[in-house]
Amino acid sequence: MTRSQIVDWALSLYEDLDFYQARQWASETPSGKAVGHLPVYAPREVIHASKMLPVGIYGGGDQVEIIRGDAFYQSYICHIPRSVVELCQAGNFDFLSGVLFPSTCDVIRNLSGMWQLLKPEQYVRYVDLPQIGDPQLGSKFWGQEIRTLVRDLGEISGSPANEDQLRESVALFNESRQLIRALYEKRSKEPWRIPTEELYLLMRAGEIAPVEIFNEKLRTYLAAADEGDYPVKDRSRVVVAGAFCEQPPLGLIKTIERAGCYIVDDDFLVGNRLLLSDVSLDGSVVDNLARSFFSDSEKTSVLYESDPEGKKKLMKARVDAVNADGIIFAAPSFCDPALLDRPMLRKGAEENNIPCIAFKYAENTGQFQQFREQAGTFSDSIKLWGGQ
Amino acid sequence: MANADKSDTAQKDQSMVIQKRMIADHFKRLEKAPETKEPVVYTFVPGNLTELIRSFDCLPLLPEINALQSGMRGKSRDYIAEAERIGHSEDVCTYVKCDVGMLKAGNIGPTGTKLPEPDLLLLSYTGCYTFMKWFELLREEYKCPTVFLQIPYQGDGTLAPEHRQYIIDQIKESVIPALEKISGKKYDEEKLRHYLALSAQAEDDLVAVLNSAKNKPSPIDSYFGGVYYVGPIFSAFRGTQDGVDYYRALRKEVEDRVERGEGPVTPDGPLDDQKYRLVVEGPPNWTNFREFWRMFADESAVAVASTYTKVGGTYDYGFRHDPNDPLGTLADYCGGCYTNINLPGRIDMLVDYIREFEADGFIINSVKSCNSFSAGQLMILREVEKRSGVPGAFIESDLVDPRYFSAANIKNRLESYLQMLEARRQGA
Repeated sequence: MTRSQIVDWALSLYEDLDFYQARQWASETPSGKAVGHLPVYAPREVIHASKMLPVGIYGGGDQVEIIRGDAFYQSYICHIPRSVVELCQAGNFDFLSGVLFPSTCDVIRNLSGMWQLLKPEQYVRYVDLPQIGDPQLGSKFWGQEIRTLVRDLGEISGSPANEDQLRESVALFNESRQLIRALYEKRSKEPWRIPTEELYLLMRAGEIAPVEIFNEKLRTYLAAADEGDYPVKDRSRVVVAGAFCEQPPLGLIKTIERAGCYIVDDDFLVGNRLLLSDVSLDGSVVDNLARSFFSDSEKTSVLYESDPEGKKKLMKARVDAVNADGIIFAAPSFCDPALLDRPMLRKGAEENNIPCIAFKYAENTGQFQQFREQAGTFSDSIKLWGGQ
Repeated sequence: MANADKSDTAQKDQSMVIQKRMIADHFKRLEKAPETKEPVVYTFVPGNLTELIRSFDCLPLLPEINALQSGMRGKSRDYIAEAERIGHSEDVCTYVKCDVGMLKAGNIGPTGTKLPEPDLLLLSYTGCYTFMKWFELLREEYKCPTVFLQIPYQGDGTLAPEHRQYIIDQIKESVIPALEKISGKKYDEEKLRHYLALSAQAEDDLVAVLNSAKNKPSPIDSYFGGVYYVGPIFSAFRGTQDGVDYYRALRKEVEDRVERGEGPVTPDGPLDDQKYRLVVEGPPNWTNFREFWRMFADESAVAVASTYTKVGGTYDYGFRHDPNDPLGTLADYCGGCYTNINLPGRIDMLVDYIREFEADGFIINSVKSCNSFSAGQLMILREVEKRSGVPGAFIESDLVDPRYFSAANIKNRLESYLQMLEARRQGA
């Protein structure tokens, strides 16, 4: 398969809001079932070990006209739950046997209760991620939560995961995270070789495709990315922050890059690489998975920052890690985690003289001219005056 | 209703006067804390550990209460503007922005006294995501220790035993050591038990007051009046003799009204002639609180039950602080606060209230600021209508941002709704 074929494959999954392909894959699992999850982080390994297909639910983007979804939400609530409910009411998620709702924010949390009423036949679990700083107490709690999931998902699939199956699944997801990290690293070093549009589509595909297939595609894509010559353009290197839950439309990602920026780091779909190093396969895999969450995981606005200096230092660390020139804070309208975090993150960046701009979007934003102008001016200002 | 005197001088219950004095005394004590060396603990209303805080001779201070008081006193507009000027989004919680703006403006509290800086931020993470960010923001300003208490959400409708134990473990291993450190005192379980016993006494009286609304006429307004009734128990006075005395006096006042067949005292006088008995979901608007209340009272509508008065504890469902299980009872308390209960549980509660309090209707006041309350309320509306057979109304405002209080719209909607209830009644 060529690079462009892989991108086409990913695009077809991105556009497949009927989940035709996912239904097919689900039917091919030993249980014949699939379990969905909302952003930002869910332990997909556990669904896989329970012989079911994990399916990331990221709303309808700019492809769905919202009719029924708006009847569930006031105007001042973000867009993703509207399109999720729209798709749910249209029957697009009927193939799921359950849905996990991670503790991302109060909107996702309350959607879990709505789902219990909308889909009483489906398993619904609110996944309370550990927030405390104490790794011992926190990982004990999180280990219990994972064990509850293992038990419940086993009952749904009829194939409860044992230690060996969990180990096998964790190993596959370790590999997946390695490949994702490699792709991100390659993009940060040579962003002209890996347009973020392509990287993003691959990441979205990874939320739906079986991990075995996704890993294979990533390996092929990574190898292909080294081939050929790509013109290096005079662009500013930017980090995009704040887009971890409701996803920006693909057009917005393209617009930022075409306006003169290379996106060299982002937090799109951050759950797929939240664990920054391999989960140990020795001993209890559940305990290891729980401990990994504490010992080495990505910082995100949906989790409490126990280090008082953490927020201040975060953006500088992220910028330094990828040698970026500036930051674009791109948050969905009405997104509590991103927008409440922004003043702290921006203050930390500006104290370190890192150029920043900020804007808001919705998943169905259709006009990009203002973003093009903003990102273009930002890029120019960095090039001309270092962003000052 | 008595001949309405629409002057700015509102009529008040005696209990309101007592409460005003209690709050003023508390804020004076807070103002003097830097001199008296009483440690100050900032914490939140849902899941507050007031008895534990007081057992270390620390003073609790609740930023939500400051924000709502600022809203009632007409100060929130400027505070919010200041917070937005320094980069806070117009989309987020106005309690947070009001608090940040107040801090930037010199931290003069609602009663006009200077608020002390916290010795500890006790982040009781109960039923509201924004709490986490709020204290992360305050931590940057105050540079003081922060202790995080995670209260697992009742996603399945109950507090699971392992979640209860998780809360207890955190209190033991994080909260108590942090309080010991700032106070220089050792944990005293007997003292805590004593305070918990005082809480339970006050809680009994509060429940009697809330249940008095089953009478016709209702001697209380359980929403607008209710926010006064729950004030002491939600804030700094749980576990205090002042709190016990206040609730005893309040109960007596309400029972006397029942005997006399009287309604509650609204800002414009007693509401004895009650045409509509309503259940209300959602927090009130604070910037136009009296005007909002008047809209109901003018139509002879009384709130007989409300969910907002349960954000600091669901005592009417039987919970009491139990001195025999001091840490376990604190865990139970935190887990059971209204916004920590899942959506089906909230619907059950509203349906129960409509039936038990023989309500004619229910109103959802959806506030822009609070996703914890607001996300899902349109579904709550439909489900409660379906299950109770009682029609509901939906109005929108905000907590403390006056830009989102449109009096004409709200009044219109309320009047139309009540006319519909009347027509329905005539039809029946």
